[in-house]
Amino acid sequence: MTVLLSTIATLSLLGILAAVILYFVAQKFKVEEDPRIDEVEKMLPGANCGGCGFAGCRAMAEAMVKQDDISALYCPVGGAECMKSMATYLGKVAPEKEPTVATVRCGGVCAKRPRTNEYSGAKSCAVASSLYVGETACAYGCLGYGDCVEACAFDAIKVNPETGIAEVDADKCTACGACVKACPKKIIELRKKWPKNRAVYVSCVSKDKGAVTMKACKAGCIGCGKCAKVCAFDAITVEGGVAYIDSQKCKLCRKCVNECPTGAIVLKGMDPLPKEPKAPAAKPATESAKPAAQPATKPATENKESVNEQK
Amino acid sequence: MKTFPLGGVHPSDNKKWSNAKAIEVLELPDVVNIPLGQHIGAPATAKVAKGDKVLTGQLIAEATGFMSANIHSPISGTVTAVDMQPNGQGLRQMMITIKREGDEWMPEIDRSSDIKRECTLDSAAIIAKIKDAGIVGMGGATFPTHVKLSIPNGCKAEYLIINGVECEPYLTSDHRTMLERGEELLIGVEILKKALNVENAIIGIENNKPDAIAHLNKLIKEKQFAVKVEPLKVQYPQGGEKQLIAAVTGREVPPPPGLPIHVGAVVCNASTTVAIYEAVQKNKPLIERVVTITGKEMKEPRNLLTRMGTPISKLVEMGGGLPEGDVKVVNGGPMMGRAMVNLDSPVTKGCSGVTVFSGKESHRVDMECCIKCAKCVSACPMGLEPYLISKMSKKQMWESVEAERITDCIECGCCQYTCPAGLPLLDYIRLGKQTVMGIIRARAAANAPKK
Repeated sequence: MTVLLSTIATLSLLGILAAVILYFVAQKFKVEEDPRIDEVEKMLPGANCGGCGFAGCRAMAEAMVKQDDISALYCPVGGAECMKSMATYLGKVAPEKEPTVATVRCGGVCAKRPRTNEYSGAKSCAVASSLYVGETACAYGCLGYGDCVEACAFDAIKVNPETGIAEVDADKCTACGACVKACPKKIIELRKKWPKNRAVYVSCVSKDKGAVTMKACKAGCIGCGKCAKVCAFDAITVEGGVAYIDSQKCKLCRKCVNECPTGAIVLKGMDPLPKEPKAPAAKPATESAKPAAQPATKPATENKESVNEQK
Repeated sequence: MKTFPLGGVHPSDNKKWSNAKAIEVLELPDVVNIPLGQHIGAPATAKVAKGDKVLTGQLIAEATGFMSANIHSPISGTVTAVDMQPNGQGLRQMMITIKREGDEWMPEIDRSSDIKRECTLDSAAIIAKIKDAGIVGMGGATFPTHVKLSIPNGCKAEYLIINGVECEPYLTSDHRTMLERGEELLIGVEILKKALNVENAIIGIENNKPDAIAHLNKLIKEKQFAVKVEPLKVQYPQGGEKQLIAAVTGREVPPPPGLPIHVGAVVCNASTTVAIYEAVQKNKPLIERVVTITGKEMKEPRNLLTRMGTPISKLVEMGGGLPEGDVKVVNGGPMMGRAMVNLDSPVTKGCSGVTVFSGKESHRVDMECCIKCAKCVSACPMGLEPYLISKMSKKQMWESVEAERITDCIECGCCQYTCPAGLPLLDYIRLGKQTVMGIIRARAAANAPKK
């Protein structure tokens, strides 16, 4: 019995002693940290994707609390709502930024872009593109080995085995930009996200001359500039043999879609304009205007296919 | 018999297909495409425009800075385009296209077959002539030769090593050059000795070429050349610069940025040495080279003296055409060559051969899992751990691969050759090496202004 008591007494004494030492040590080496950082971190999505440019959500939260002007900070995953709630909590002005979505700008599906050789090296776009042009004659198109799929933390991008091209699920995409960085061909771009995943963009980045592009891929942009001529909003520029639609200027009027001879301009989430548009009806669709077409219920990727078929 | 100490593999050399075929002159192509970047360093700057008439041997593109090389027209005719065109890998590259009209040479080029041994020029004049002729390493690395010969301050060349190893399986262009142009080669060695001011000149040849060893020894004895031929034990990659220095001198080149000159050695390929002879003694720029067209299924393997810019398809045609079924056409040999997708692409200064594989050989073996057998580790001639750096490259751990000395890799392919699981080790290592080199350059650029 005495052994037991003395053991309990010794251990309790040791415990109290250690607690006292730890108390003073904690006082001495206390790290002053803003409690708001923890709160802000809780508000962030916690994906640690790095889409904001910081190493993770904690680093972003620190920056949010420490910087007086947070206009340069933005969490693409949380979006405007998350930014607003954090800004309100911190008493700062939330930066305004439109939502964006990753867009794969290549329409070179197997049927349109014939395979010229077989690649048997490491299944990685980065490796393949450092070695050679790829399995088709187009030096700019999607290789389809899925470096972007590897990079995506949200399961929002997949390589379609039928087309051999990466496709984005716009509903899952958080626009963190990981795929944009992973793509060695620089095909993926973050573009303005319209409601109902509507989009008009040039689905080609080939800088080759028209004839060379045509030979390699029937869906390529040949830089003819017809789209730029028809655009009423000055949104289309043709540079280096390829057209580019500025998603900030584009009003989704869809005129260019009908004009494109190769079908390189892709329309998503909307029906195309009738081939012979009635003169007054060609008003540009704005965000406030109700879409005349029935809302898209199919996933965006299938729409792209149907658009191509309709042409 | 000497060889390098670490790693290495013994692929079947497959030289029997073409090593007994004498060098033939390939008929002149009607159109040539000359890439502006066919050497390591900055691409040359075009000096001609569309519509210009050029003569054979005329300068058409000038070296951009020190680490670059001149390019000369391989035929006479009219420039039809200076434009981006796909190279062998299908990647767009700036090229000068010339349509042939006859074959009129620049008047100062001595086209006679007389052998001229006397060289009265001094070291600087020899190097200047080599620079003007646009000579680069013809073994495949295409390092500008004038850069190699310009010894940095504080270094001294003790050994001149001529690389007649040709360890790459299938290829026989250096072998045939040594046999048929032995005297020119030896005069080239004398010129190089003068340019570098060295006493010791050694020609390293693997002993699977006994005829070349005997031929050169005979010439040395007959014509009194102060050159030594060193027969080497057959082992790949003995033709690697560092491996050859280790085999011949027993010295180890320090890791990058260490250079062969830091151990007193300068290595020059055998074909390059003949080109140096032609440039210095005959004023002939580097406009043609011997290219081997070979492969087990090729009907007519040959060694062809080819003008630069000739389409590869022409060589394939001379070799008897592509075999039926799946084929893989490789620019170079099977170990270090690069598979091509565009056979209209031109022969360049670094193209020592075109190897054609067909059927099963044209495919890679199926990939399985790494079982950590470490065969790649014992095969690596640079003492690296290929399985590890390959995996870390795949996972984009750039700092770790840099610490594992990925930049030492010479991309010889021994690891991938020896891997029983058929893993694409070199694919990832090459990617990692490129990325790390980029990071190192960026870091150097960021640190430079502070100093």
